[in-house]
Amino acid sequence: MLDPRGPRFAAMITSVVLVVVLITGSGWLALAQAVVFAAGAASIRYAPYSWIYRKFVARHLGPPPAEREPSEPVRFAQGVGFAFMAVAAAGYLAGAPLVGLIATAGALTAAFLNAAFGLCLGCEMYLLLQRVRARFSTN
Amino acid sequence: MTGLVVAVAVLLASAAFGLVRRARDGKLRESPRPDDGQVLARLGVDGGAEVTLLQFSSAFCAPCRATRALCAAVAAEVEGVRHIEVDAEEHLDEVRALKIMRTPTLLVVDAAGRVVRRAAGQPPSRAHLLAAIGEATRVGGTR
Repeated sequence: MLDPRGPRFAAMITSVVLVVVLITGSGWLALAQAVVFAAGAASIRYAPYSWIYRKFVARHLGPPPAEREPSEPVRFAQGVGFAFMAVAAAGYLAGAPLVGLIATAGALTAAFLNAAFGLCLGCEMYLLLQRVRARFSTN
Repeated sequence: MTGLVVAVAVLLASAAFGLVRRARDGKLRESPRPDDGQVLARLGVDGGAEVTLLQFSSAFCAPCRATRALCAAVAAEVEGVRHIEVDAEEHLDEVRALKIMRTPTLLVVDAAGRVVRRAAGQPPSRAHLLAAIGEATRVGGTR
């Protein structure tokens, strides 16, 4: 169970980082963000931005809301983010900046929707992916 | 320069999408669909209750908890209302038949097994849910 403001804060930092990646086209920064996503997918405890939130931000915001958020959807979303940014880093570093641009744009869409609206795009896609997968496995 | 243009375009498009979503999510819409009685029966909606709140959830779904809490509370308070929660992943055939695209999706089903209203993405407000239950009771009673 998580303080729901933590993932929102993390998504805000992520959005800023991804905008910088898009503007600079830096493959190394894309790779760094991929590592951050991987850590969050492994465990929210290890997610760097969430650590910053717990350490420095939460205390200034007053008591956490009673409403807690399950951590599974958040970890799943971090995994989806990792997939996108791994492709982006590979694209930028291997000299295919268009690949990097498209993958980073996808990740920014999800991160910004989470930061601004609390919407988990990865979670929304999950059921659709399952539906598609079931269709392919039955045919 | 291209990157900056792409960043601005992504942010604008995402903001528009998010605003549309915020306006629509959790709204209990009328659900003009043919009889889904057989599909619903496979999910445990057997006409044993006056109104059934059928909730589709999944493992990766933050608003499912809030929807569950609301429906459970309403089912406990209002006589004749039952709450059934199913894992969408385990019922993909039914999910497809009922055109469930997202979790949580909540169907308000009357005694005759007709989906009266549905809401997706977020739980509806308590007042709107109670109104939909009243509607389902009236519709079910006239048959």
